[in-house]
Amino acid sequence: MSTGIPVQYFLILATLMFFTGVYGFLTRRNLITILMSVELILNSVNINFLAFNRYLYPHKLEGMFFSLFVIAVAAAEAAVAIAIIINIYRRFTTINVEDVHEMKF
Amino acid sequence: MTSNQIMFILFAAMIIIFSLLTVTTRRILRAAVFLLFVLVSTSGLYFLLNYQFLAAVQLTLYAGGIVVLIIFSILLTSHINQKFEEPGLKKIIFSALAAAAGAILAIITILDFKFTATSQAAAEVNMKLIGKSLLSVDYDGYVLPFEVISVLLLAAMIAAIVVAKKSGPAGIQSQILNKE
Repeated sequence: MSTGIPVQYFLILATLMFFTGVYGFLTRRNLITILMSVELILNSVNINFLAFNRYLYPHKLEGMFFSLFVIAVAAAEAAVAIAIIINIYRRFTTINVEDVHEMKF
Repeated sequence: MTSNQIMFILFAAMIIIFSLLTVTTRRILRAAVFLLFVLVSTSGLYFLLNYQFLAAVQLTLYAGGIVVLIIFSILLTSHINQKFEEPGLKKIIFSALAAAAGAILAIITILDFKFTATSQAAAEVNMKLIGKSLLSVDYDGYVLPFEVISVLLLAAMIAAIVVAKKSGPAGIQSQILNKE
């Protein structure tokens, strides 16, 4: 058991990580770096789930399974997003979000 | 100061520093490597919280799978030595303000809230319990989300192959015909 660390520390750490991801999401222009910021955000949410599970409801496993499913969804999302990014690169030869502004088929 | 606290401070510092570097570095491959450090330290936090299974999943799936996928796509789409241009100062200021405002609001709420833990004894998290819960249809079972995730992963896999394929079905057929 992680004794001696209040649950608030975990939550503050996850908050800082989440908003770092938000900052990256807002400032970056390359599609892959935007995807990385999204991964940061998802990861910080996982820390929250696990801290709540361990500190507040240690007799259940809900937080653990939620983070397991979040990780699976993140993997699926990354695979599809990267397929789309590679396809965009083939069509426009750039993955800068400001140069890719038409979604014509 | 106990060893737990020292490890927590170490992991927290690594997470914050490397996530800041991930979103601010101007070389894309370095950003991917910093993201890898963030994910590995997060898995260290999971070990600290005594969720060994999830820490292993985090290491193999996130640090092993997704980062490698991202690095491959970087190598396919960008030049290694290419540096991003700096985003405009206005954009940086407003994004930082938005992020800082959100963070301060969330931290104030966290510090205000009184967290009360249950008095029930902690369950021992072992592989047997995890497997049984994943495939159980009882009140504590997670078989429905498990199946839904399986279908989602299959759909995502097929979708990724179809989207990233070089030519459509007609193109492949004509290639086969040309070879014959």
